[in-house]
Amino acid sequence: MKILTTNYISCAVKACKSTSLSFPLHFQDAVLVQEEVDFKPEFITNILPRIEWEALKITAVELGFTTLPAQKPEATEEAPLDPQVLKDLHTLLLETQVTEGKLVCANCKHVYNIHQGIANFLLPNHLALPLIMITNF
Amino acid sequence: MPLLPTPDTSHVDYDQIYEPSEDSYLLLDTLSSDSEISFLKERFPTQNAVPIVLEVGTGSGVVLSFLTTNSSTIFGHDSVLTLGIDVSTPANKATNETISRNKPRGHYLDSLTANLVSPLRDGTVDMLVFNPPYVPTSELPILPGEEDAEGGRKLDLLELTYAGGPDGMLTTDRLLDSLEKVLSKDRGVAYILLCAQNKPEAVAERLRSGRYGEEGIRWQVEKVGSSGKKGGWEVLGIWRIWR
Ligand SMILES: C[S@@+](CC[C@H](N)C(=O)[O-])C[C@H]1O[C@@H](n2cnc3c(N)ncnc32)[C@H](O)[C@@H]1O
Ligand SMILES: [Zn+2]
Repeated sequence: MKILTTNYISCAVKACKSTSLSFPLHFQDAVLVQEEVDFKPEFITNILPRIEWEALKITAVELGFTTLPAQKPEATEEAPLDPQVLKDLHTLLLETQVTEGKLVCANCKHVYNIHQGIANFLLPNHLALPLIMITNF
Repeated sequence: MPLLPTPDTSHVDYDQIYEPSEDSYLLLDTLSSDSEISFLKERFPTQNAVPIVLEVGTGSGVVLSFLTTNSSTIFGHDSVLTLGIDVSTPANKATNETISRNKPRGHYLDSLTANLVSPLRDGTVDMLVFNPPYVPTSELPILPGEEDAEGGRKLDLLELTYAGGPDGMLTTDRLLDSLEKVLSKDRGVAYILLCAQNKPEAVAERLRSGRYGEEGIRWQVEKVGSSGKKGGWEVLGIWRIWR
């Protein structure tokens, strides 16, 4: 699983969606591999608006990447983005993959497993449905 | 209409994964039709933030791979992120393989094992594609992991690919309920396949009159592709749903 993906997901338990604790999910025992991907600086620039920076910083630190700028980099007319920053982001977001490990919700503590690079968000029955639906059945 | 290559899925094990069929090909044809190309190009121009394209129920990965490989024709550029979801982990593995062997141009992120869009954060998806299990059956099959709770009912991954419950709409209705949350507010669009037994006109009417989800959004809905005329009835249709 790519690191960028974790910026788009939160706990699958419906009751957790509204709490800020359910995002980002927290890595445990993550096994990382690097896979080379063509570096396209403009692409990374276009991804930046789609990133929740505070969450990404948390994820990055959990995985041992400590070089992310404190603030989300922003290009201006006078100052385009620093190529090194873009390259670092490229490495972290697109080239780094978690092949084995766990993602944990800080709210309900549910553990989602990642195996052979594929994260599993299926829930046991009692967590899968909102209460209303369970009682309707 | 540009003729784009159909992804190679010859490595996929069709004993547990849905084999690309008329419905899959209708999606490919519709998403690469002149009208949808011009709609998508206008909605997702190059200079804007990258769109996130999610396919739910990827199966072999044939549709998501088609979008990832042909992004420059369909979106006019390769600045797209593609993401897949399926309840079947073998399907997710197949999708990884299908995409990597068909020269992706857009950027493929992952295929996740999940029930519909449950792990996604609100407002993340710009374009959603779903070829659902749409065949009317008396009930839905169990999902992976539910075997015990369901008193020993057996998991059948192939049944999960087609069995849609009453009217074939049980799974699709749940997905339609979640559109208001998962689609991005400014530019979200969904392409959903429905068959004649799903009573598609009635589904479209429910969408237009705000009867899906909790917020009562009145969606714009249009049929943008169809196939399989049977005695004057179109059997399959692709419906575009957007704000
Ligand atoms: C008709 S097949 C479509 C496969 C492929 N997209 C194609 O067009 O050839 C439906 C797919 O949806 C998946 N599916 C069924 N129920 C699901 C659910 N609740 N959440 C996610 N995927 C589901 C099935 O495993 C199957 O791969
Ligand atoms: Zn949770």
